[in-house]
Amino acid sequence: MSVPEPAADSGASGSATRRASIITRVLSHDLPRNRWLAVALVLVVLGLAFAPFVFPGSKALGVAAKMLVFIVLVASYDLLLGYTGIVSFAHTMFFGIGAYGVAIASTAMGPGWPAVAVGCAAALAISLALSLLIGLFSLRVKAMFYAMITLAVASAFQTLASQLSDYTGGEDGLSFKTPEWLSPAFEPLTEPLLGVTVDGKLITYYLLFVVAVLLFLLMLRIVNSPFGRVLQAIRENDFRAEAIGYRTVVYRTLSNVLSALFATLAGVLLALWLRYTGPDTTLSFEIMLDILLIVVIGGMGTLYGAVIGSVLFVLAQNYLQDLLKLAANAFENVPVLSAVLTPDRWLLWLGVLFVLSVYHFPTGIVGRLRALRPGG
Amino acid sequence: MSVVAAIPKAEFDWKPLALLGGVALLGLPLIGSPSTWVTLTVAGLAMGLIVFIIASGLTLVFGLMDVLNFGHGVFIATGAFVATSVMGGMGGWAGSPNLLLNLGAIFTAMLAAMTVAGALGWAFERVIVRPVYGQHLKQILITMGGMIVGEEVIKVIWGPQQQPLPLPAALRGSFVYGDVAIEKYRVLAVLIGLLVFALLLWVLGRTKIGLLVRAGVQDREMVESLGYRIRRLFVGVFVAGSALAGLGGVMWGLYQQIVTPQIGAQVNVLIFIVIIIGGLGSTLGCFVGALLVGLLANYTGFLAPKVALFSNIALMVAILLWRPQGLYPVKS
Repeated sequence: MSVPEPAADSGASGSATRRASIITRVLSHDLPRNRWLAVALVLVVLGLAFAPFVFPGSKALGVAAKMLVFIVLVASYDLLLGYTGIVSFAHTMFFGIGAYGVAIASTAMGPGWPAVAVGCAAALAISLALSLLIGLFSLRVKAMFYAMITLAVASAFQTLASQLSDYTGGEDGLSFKTPEWLSPAFEPLTEPLLGVTVDGKLITYYLLFVVAVLLFLLMLRIVNSPFGRVLQAIRENDFRAEAIGYRTVVYRTLSNVLSALFATLAGVLLALWLRYTGPDTTLSFEIMLDILLIVVIGGMGTLYGAVIGSVLFVLAQNYLQDLLKLAANAFENVPVLSAVLTPDRWLLWLGVLFVLSVYHFPTGIVGRLRALRPGG
Repeated sequence: MSVVAAIPKAEFDWKPLALLGGVALLGLPLIGSPSTWVTLTVAGLAMGLIVFIIASGLTLVFGLMDVLNFGHGVFIATGAFVATSVMGGMGGWAGSPNLLLNLGAIFTAMLAAMTVAGALGWAFERVIVRPVYGQHLKQILITMGGMIVGEEVIKVIWGPQQQPLPLPAALRGSFVYGDVAIEKYRVLAVLIGLLVFALLLWVLGRTKIGLLVRAGVQDREMVESLGYRIRRLFVGVFVAGSALAGLGGVMWGLYQQIVTPQIGAQVNVLIFIVIIIGGLGSTLGCFVGALLVGLLANYTGFLAPKVALFSNIALMVAILLWRPQGLYPVKS
């Protein structure tokens, strides 16, 4: 994914105009529409594209990979929450289905690409069936109802996953081997490239990067298609959308299914990266809350919000805690402040930020930036 | 007189109650031994009544103002944790073998829990819920956010670890009649639950406030146009519901004898299932739904422990297939 320089003005040369138009088409005519947002997105894309070379070390690479997975996951949730106006608490269920699909297939069939393909296909099929079922069953009624039903279903699924421990490894989860090319021991080049050893981990990272970019662009295409416009119409006023002649149940269900499928693929990416799948990394309610926080803080109804939100959130998750540790040490002797500032309580601050942003910035960071000035 | 006669009296819907009795009777032959059945039924009733106490406020608030509070679990957790502090502080009373002193400790803990949870509910309504009336999407998000913050604040005050909430000495153990054994605390829970239910029925059915609440659930605008401030009524119901959730939290904590900061989120799932089963906004439906959930959880827990984990979901699906709006639909 690349983001345009501030748009070429009419007098620019032909090649520049053509380049701009290609970019516009790749981004499905949904440009950042703000200079700062564009700069931030370019920085994110460049940073993620060259992360292994710019930020050496396995922790940094892990953080970057998590960002990629979360961008896809959160964008898929935004499809549902931000674009269609449906609150679901079962999104991690589909995420988990993807991750467990690859893990179970790789364990059962032995590592290799066929296992990944089979696991991925089976997971997609299960997600499709489940999301269709839940959608048709409960999307006819109010938004609240759907939120509650999905909450119940997700908790039941979590119990199911931990009960079927013969297949899922229960609470411990499953560790498995990925295809040879992606295993850390695989080193095709004897010489390091630009000071970085090329190994399976690096290849996995770039596989994740390419897939994440493609999935993101595909979602951008979907939300900016006529279909996406109908979803937005339903979000704004479902009664009117129905009156115009769109079957809102059908569109809502489709949106639900699409979002579930993309979440499943995000789960597959996570499994490939971690070579481990467990309830805490995929199914837990904490991850669901993380997704919710990212979508709202980043900006509902803009896929770019998912990018900015995910990057900020994962950074905060990994580095804000160090910062809080510093603050906690500074206020060690103040009784209440030190308890509130411990790194373990970082979710408290994110929660407060979340509540404040729902009140004051309902459109999130991206919405704020876009409203600021129509630059870019 | 003729006007009154012209209004047909709404017929009471017995089917859900019959279902409840049917489930209890069906359990008897399946379980086999009558003594086990009695034990399980009392356990189920105790659990169901605790869940009812927690859920009743939530469903009323929804019926009255169309507000669904996803942060209801915070009040449960707060109540339970306040109880650990109070019971811990009254160790002399709670630890003595005297039943009256034990009950004194428990009731003090419950009173404290209800006061704190009610006060918290008042603040929650003021700060979190009021700005987002009528906006469902924001409501779900913001009350969920309130829940996250509340859970973290509880961790700040009481620590992230689970806390023991032991039963007072005289309430441990069981009453034994022949081969029927009934845990003492469950009897107490059933008694308190029935008392709260009776009190709720009396307030809702026999007082003017109750009349207004019921009328508000049916048609809010009409009550407002008659000159009543439904907002104020709503705040009262919200606070009362929060206090009841705090009471339920204490009872749930004593039932499990352990309290975790996540208790709210866990019970939340259960009470959502209950109020969906009962029909959003319906107190009677909430009561029947809670008892159904409690009985079924205990029966299946005995008959097929693996299935028990999904009995709630199965029950919800079955009920919704029968009555898509819940057992006692409030609005068309």
